Amino acid sequence: MQQIFNFLFKNSNRLLFLLLLCVSLLLTIQSHSYHKSRVISSANFLTGGVYEKINNVTEYLNLKTENDALALENARLKSIIFNTKDTTTIKKPENLKGVAPEDIVVSKVIHNSYNTLENFLTLNSGSKEGVKADMGVINSLGIVGIIDRTSPNYSTVISILNLKSRINAKVKKSNHFGSLSWNGKSTGFVQLVDVPRLASIRKGDTIVTGGQSVIFPENINIGTIDKYYYEEETNYYVIDVKLFNDMTNLGHVYIIKSKDRDEVSNLEKTSKKDE
Amino acid sequence: MNSTLLVNILRFILLLAVQIVIFNNMTFLGFIMPLPYMLFIILYPVNSNKSGLLFSSFLLGIIMDLFCNSGGIHATACVILAYYRPYLFKFAFGVSYEYQTIKLNEALTPERFSFILLAVVIHHFTMFILEAFQVSFILDILIRTLLSTVFTIISCIIIIYLIKPNKR
Repeated sequence: MQQIFNFLFKNSNRLLFLLLLCVSLLLTIQSHSYHKSRVISSANFLTGGVYEKINNVTEYLNLKTENDALALENARLKSIIFNTKDTTTIKKPENLKGVAPEDIVVSKVIHNSYNTLENFLTLNSGSKEGVKADMGVINSLGIVGIIDRTSPNYSTVISILNLKSRINAKVKKSNHFGSLSWNGKSTGFVQLVDVPRLASIRKGDTIVTGGQSVIFPENINIGTIDKYYYEEETNYYVIDVKLFNDMTNLGHVYIIKSKDRDEVSNLEKTSKKDE
Repeated sequence: MNSTLLVNILRFILLLAVQIVIFNNMTFLGFIMPLPYMLFIILYPVNSNKSGLLFSSFLLGIIMDLFCNSGGIHATACVILAYYRPYLFKFAFGVSYEYQTIKLNEALTPERFSFILLAVVIHHFTMFILEAFQVSFILDILIRTLLSTVFTIISCIIIIYLIKPNKR
């Protein structure tokens, strides 16, 4: 017994060394086996707290790179938002007579000008969706314009607020035809010219698209009569039409594909040839 | 004696803090990490309590392991270094080292340098063997030991001779 104690005292350092070595080796070996969770890990109160403090400081050093990353992320998300056509929320109008729902393309105005004499809109639908030149563009309130040019993904629209635009229109209750144009003065009003003097019109009458045009279906709202006067030389009415649409504030629009257009234009061509 | 103990406790905490806050984030080429925390074992007073050294080395290593998520590799390396430290003294300073007053934190002589070098190599070699834990990585272990030893020695010497922890 005495010898054992002597041995222990004599070799106390060595024994302590062996004990500590065993413990640390055990921990090492245990950390190398995947199945057991680690006894010694940084997921505890002490190390977690210290790492959190360190992180609080290093966060400041990384603010610039973090900002850059966030800016990139923002740009990416914004590009997603801007490139998404949220067509799911927009229902196609169903009450258009003579136009099948599949002939309507829902689109969005991505650029709108209204402060020059020749105004154009840009839409985010193009020839990929079957948009072609000379299609009518309307929205829920009334007409907007006529497609001018198309690219695969975009198209431009001659706004009704354009000196070049001529659209066939009529007085709703009397079916007198005229031609809708713009005098370049006010964004809220367009002019209906060439209405014969015979027509009985009153202030407040509704103006709609006429059936002579193959671009628009018949009876799409345009506006109401604001004032009218005779043109002395021609004896035709000039009617100021107050638009239903606010042309300065356009969101989603519908592009109408007219099935009959090719047929009608071919027919007209052949009949002109015959003359 | 009391002031030595205090200095050692302070050194223990400071070295650990410096290691964890600064040097753990300094990795060269992705895998070379200077480990100047082992300076505690090197600078431990030569003739004082050996079991105390063993135990404090183990504590030092296990705290490093806590922060590095590395099981027990630091602890093992530290304990082994602490145990073989007297033999290193004997090798570097001669048989009668116990009767000299060895002060490591003074001018860098070949003896002191060889002692630090051997200590760092032993510590790192043990640690990297245990970290890899496979014989097939032996070349990798040697390269890591070599490169990390260089960086640890540089950081140790900088700490010893620029800061001079205690000038007794």
